[in-house]
Amino acid sequence: MRIVIAMSGGVDSSVAAALLKEAGHEAIGLSMQLYDQRGEAGVSFGTCCTLDDLYDARRVARAIGIPHYIVNFEREFNEEVISDFVREYVAGRTPIPCVHCNSDLKFSTLLDRAEGFDAERVATGHYARVVRESDGRVRLLRGLDPAKDQSYFLFSLTQAQLVRAEFPVGELRKDEVREIARRLGLTVSEKKDSHEICFVPDNDYAAFVERHAPGQVAAGLITDREGHVLGRHEGTHRFTIGQRKGLGVSAAIPLYVVDIQPETKQVIVGPREALERADLTASRVNWISGVTPAEVIRADVQIRYRHHAAPATITPLGASRVRIDFVQPQQAITPGQATVFYCGDEVLGGGWID
Amino acid sequence: MPYFDHNATTPVHPEVAEIVARVLRDEFGNPSSVHRYGQRSKAILDDARSAVAALVGADPSEVVFTSGGTEADNFALRGVAEALEPTGRRHLIASGIEHEAVLNTIKALAKRGWKITLLPVNERALVAPDALRDAMTDDVAVVSVMHANNEVGTVQPISELAAIAHERGALFHTDAVQSTGKIRVNVRELDVNLLSLSAHKFNGPKGVGALYIRRGTRMIAHTTGGRHERSRRAGTENVAGIAGLGVAANLARTKMTGDAAAVGALRDRLERGILSAVSGTAVNGDPNSRVPNTTNISFEGVEAESLLIALDLDGFAVSTGSACSSGALEPSHVLRAMGLSAHRTQNSIRFSLGLGNTEAEADQLLAVLPRVVEKLRSLTRGSARRA
Repeated sequence: MRIVIAMSGGVDSSVAAALLKEAGHEAIGLSMQLYDQRGEAGVSFGTCCTLDDLYDARRVARAIGIPHYIVNFEREFNEEVISDFVREYVAGRTPIPCVHCNSDLKFSTLLDRAEGFDAERVATGHYARVVRESDGRVRLLRGLDPAKDQSYFLFSLTQAQLVRAEFPVGELRKDEVREIARRLGLTVSEKKDSHEICFVPDNDYAAFVERHAPGQVAAGLITDREGHVLGRHEGTHRFTIGQRKGLGVSAAIPLYVVDIQPETKQVIVGPREALERADLTASRVNWISGVTPAEVIRADVQIRYRHHAAPATITPLGASRVRIDFVQPQQAITPGQATVFYCGDEVLGGGWID
Repeated sequence: MPYFDHNATTPVHPEVAEIVARVLRDEFGNPSSVHRYGQRSKAILDDARSAVAALVGADPSEVVFTSGGTEADNFALRGVAEALEPTGRRHLIASGIEHEAVLNTIKALAKRGWKITLLPVNERALVAPDALRDAMTDDVAVVSVMHANNEVGTVQPISELAAIAHERGALFHTDAVQSTGKIRVNVRELDVNLLSLSAHKFNGPKGVGALYIRRGTRMIAHTTGGRHERSRRAGTENVAGIAGLGVAANLARTKMTGDAAAVGALRDRLERGILSAVSGTAVNGDPNSRVPNTTNISFEGVEAESLLIALDLDGFAVSTGSACSSGALEPSHVLRAMGLSAHRTQNSIRFSLGLGNTEAEADQLLAVLPRVVEKLRSLTRGSARRA
C-alpha cells in the first residue's frame, strides 16, 4: 500500500516510517514546513519542524530508503493553527493547537495531498491505535504506552479521516521505539521529546501572542472573587486557570487563577478550593463513531492532556454540545482545553471546554 | 527517469567528466609553482580561461574563475560597490526578477547605506528600457539586469539597457548564468562591464564559474591573499573543476547552434502538447524573447508543489518557483513581479530541457500529465468545499 508518513524529524515518526517500510508498504515521507525558516525577521521559532528537524527527517528517510519531500504549509498552519491559538488566548482561554494541527493539517491538507499522490493512507508517529471493524467502522484507542498516549490530541478526527489514518508506533512503548531506532542505526534514536507547543519560542506564550495580536491585549486588574483589587496585570493572555506563579499579589494563603474575564480584562484569584468544579459544558463535540448518543452516557472524561480520566456522565445538548457531570469535583477546568471521553482505552469523542 | 530541470543543473557531459577525473588523478601541481608540475596545472587554467573567453567574446585576461554563478554575482556587485564608494556613487539599480544571488547581495549593500532601485517588469518579465532611463541618476554606480531569467526564460534587451546605464557613467553587470550555453552570449555585443556565468548550467561541473570583468574596471579584490587570478581572487584554484568548465565552454561554443535548435524544437513540442492536452493552462514569460529550453506553465487550480511531487513519484523531474532554505517551495518572486495573481504564482511549473531529452520523453510526460492534473484538481475542489 502506498502510505504517506508525516515526518517531523523526531524519533516516533522516524520509527513509524521505518516500520511501514519493513511491513512492505511503499512509504513516502512528507515533512511540513510550517513557518518561514529564513530567519530574516530576527524571530526565532520553537522546537518542532525547524531546519534541524527537517534535516533529521531527510537523513532518516535516506537511511531507510524512502522518498522524502518537504511541503510548504505555512499558509495553512497560520490560518488553521496559529491564528486560532492567538484568538483563543486573546479571548481569555487556554488553547491546544496540537488538536487543530492534527485534524486540520495532518489529517486534512496532508491527507488531500496524499490522495493526490495516490496514497491510500496517512501515517503519523502518534501513540494511538486504530481498530478497523469488519463493517468498515474505525475505532480509536489509546496508545499502549500509558505514559505516551496521545489519543487526547486526536479526538476531533472523523470516520472519514480515521479510515485513512495509520499509527505505526501505537502498539509500542517509547523505550521499544527508541530500541528500534537504535537497531536501525537511525541518528535520531536518542533525540529528546518535545514537550512545549512547537511554534512558540522559549515557551514564552505571552510574547508570542503579543507579537501576533498587537493592540488586542491590554492590562487590567487582578481581583478576588468579591471584586477587591489585589493587583494589576499586563494582559489576560498571560494567565491560565489554576496558575499560581507570576500573579504578583501577596496573600496569607496561596492564590490561584480561578477565572478570566476578557471583557473586563479581569483576572480573578482565589484559594485552591475555588478551583474545584464538578461540571462543565463543551462545544464543537466530535463523536468518533459519527453518531451522537441518544441519551446520557457514562464515561471516563479527561479535561487536559496530563489528567487522569475521571468518571462522569455526559448529557448530549443537541448535536454538537454536551454537559458533563463528574462524580468527584475536578481541579482547574480550563476553557479552551479539550475534554475527551473514554470507555476504557477507547476514545468515544471529545469537545472544547466552554 | 526523464529530467526536465536543466535550469537547476545539467548532467555533466562525458568529455567534461573525463577531463575532471584526469586532472584530479594526474595533475596535482599547484598552478602557482615554478616547477614543471606547476606549469602543467597553470597550462590547464590558461586553456580553460581561453575557452571561457572565446565562449563569451572576451579576452582571457578579463576572465576570473569563481566557485560559481553566485560568487560571480557577489564579486561583481560587492567588488564594484566597494571600489566606487569613495566616488560618491552609492546607488545601485537591478531588476525585480534577479536571482537571489543578486537580490540578497544588493539587500546587504542597502544595509550599508546604498540606495537601491528595483526595476519593474511587464507581464512577460521584460524590463522596459524607459523604466531604467527614468530611474537613472548620476550617482548610480552599477546596473544589474540578468540576461535570461531562470524561472520563465525571458531574455532581456541587455545591450539597450547597458547603453542607457553607460550614458550616465554607470557600469553594467549581467547575470548570464541561464543564457550562457543556451543562446549567443557576447560581452562586446551586450556592451557589459561584468558578466557572471556558471559551469553546471551548461553540462560542466558544479562549484565552478567565472566572472568577466572588462579590462580597466575598478574592482576591490574578492578575497585577499596570494596573487591568484591577478590578485582579484586569492586562493589556490580549483584546477580540475576549471578544466571541466573549459571543456564545457568549448562544447557550448562549437555545438550550441545545433543543440539549441534541437532543444528548442523539443520544448515547443512539449509546450504545445501541454497547452492542448490540459485545459486551464497558460505560458508564463515572453514567447518572443526566451531561451529555447524553458517553458513555464500555469495549471489553473493545481498546487504546483503537489504537481511536482506527483510527477516525481511518476518518474518526471520538473521544478517550480524557488526553494526555501528548508527545501520547501515558496511563491516565486519572479511570477509576482510579473503581476500574476497569487493563485497563478502557486500554480506554475517550470519545464527546462537540455541535451539528452528526447521526443519520446516529452511524449511520455504528455501521456501522464492530464490524468495527474485532473486528479489534483478534483482534490483542490474538495478542499475548497470543506473550507
